[in-house]
Amino acid sequence: MNSAPTAPINPLALIAELTHRCPLHCVYCSNPLELQSRANELDTQIWSRVFREAAELGVLQADFTGGEPLARTDIIELVRAARIAGLYVNLITSGLPLDEAKLDALVAAGLDHLQLSFQGAREEIAAEISNTKSHAQKLRVLEWLKSRRVAVTLNFVIHRRNLDQLAELLALAESSSATRVEFAHVQYYGWAFANREQLLPTRAQVANSIEFFKCAQQRLSGKIRIEYVAPDYYAKYPKPCMGGWGRKLVLITPSGEALPCHAAKIIPELKFENVKDRSLREIWEFSDAFQKFRGESWMQGPCKTCDRRELDFGGCRCQALLLAGDPAATDPVCSLAPTREKVDAILKAVNEPSAEQSLITPAWLYRPNPQHSGPLRSSIGVDDGN
Amino acid sequence: MNPDLQSHPRLAPGCRLGENNQQRVLLMPERALRLNGPSLEIVQRCDGQHTVEQIVTELQQIYSKAEPQKVESDILGYLSLLQEQRALDFA
Repeated sequence: MNSAPTAPINPLALIAELTHRCPLHCVYCSNPLELQSRANELDTQIWSRVFREAAELGVLQADFTGGEPLARTDIIELVRAARIAGLYVNLITSGLPLDEAKLDALVAAGLDHLQLSFQGAREEIAAEISNTKSHAQKLRVLEWLKSRRVAVTLNFVIHRRNLDQLAELLALAESSSATRVEFAHVQYYGWAFANREQLLPTRAQVANSIEFFKCAQQRLSGKIRIEYVAPDYYAKYPKPCMGGWGRKLVLITPSGEALPCHAAKIIPELKFENVKDRSLREIWEFSDAFQKFRGESWMQGPCKTCDRRELDFGGCRCQALLLAGDPAATDPVCSLAPTREKVDAILKAVNEPSAEQSLITPAWLYRPNPQHSGPLRSSIGVDDGN
Repeated sequence: MNPDLQSHPRLAPGCRLGENNQQRVLLMPERALRLNGPSLEIVQRCDGQHTVEQIVTELQQIYSKAEPQKVESDILGYLSLLQEQRALDFA
């Protein structure tokens, strides 16, 4: 534990990865390659304490995610505990383990906002991406949601294989009770990094999608809030990842480790504290992992003297590790980064005519369920340093 | 686009008042808005009972030192902003 170089402001959101168990096997899952098993999951009591500590620390919102958070048999109790602690409760779900009674119980327990993921506009692509038959159930959930008083967001993760379905996806949102839609291009970590060659969109697809969202946002203003997450490999400047390291968000893994972001465990030199051993406040203010890239003292050139360093915080540390081999480097997607040529080489391969969308289904690496996870790391060339 | 004076604004599902560090906030999906005096007065009246016109009249009384026309345009502007955020339903 280090003393604070800069007094941190309080986090605004707690990302509660309640479990890594999931009925879907999405090829871009944001969970780490090494999934945690059910036996190591935090119990109801510890989660409830974490929610109280989060609210005392100034956290406003809890994002229940996974895996599939509904795989927890105590999910209703967890929603109630977070709400009683004073948090705004978001549930990010595939909708698979849901029926009308459970939905009613969630709303009665205080669920504020439900985010339903879709893998595509049709059963065929949804099944290809998630390796599960799930689309029809999601459509049923959308119907049930119409008569419940809860905010609804539809989450669409977009990539080369479903970017031609944007109009259909938006129509699905317009026919639902959603007041918010997220179209998020895949970000390349974990399983998505392993499947990157098949997921990266072409330059033309990205340009079309930006035009599409501009029109949609105008047309639906006041009806549906449309959020767009850009594919940062194509960006001029990096994303302000997590709103800055250790600045706004704290993520708790199923077993209780506190992380500054979803992928932070791939950074070899970081040591993570567990909420079983320490309070959330202690971890937030003093743990090495949160201190490491907080503020600006860790920055190298060109970030160190860049005018944009307070806007994007140097981009993403995990991406710097994955693409430049150094977590303190400028995010290689930045046009000012000395390693930008690596990203350009990746994009060049994607945009070669020979790489254009083929009729053959790609050879996906599917994310398994925790109990089935094997030593996959070496086979896909990602060293997470553990 | 200004809301209809006779409509009844109501906080949309998933939008509610909360508190953080002694500061009242409007909580909504993936967002929170700080509420100061007048904005809190407005949001508290978005209950499906008050019309926009009633909200205007009541705030003109509370802020009687301000130009009534200015109070009205500020309220309409703020309600439009909340509508863009998708925090209100109008019945």
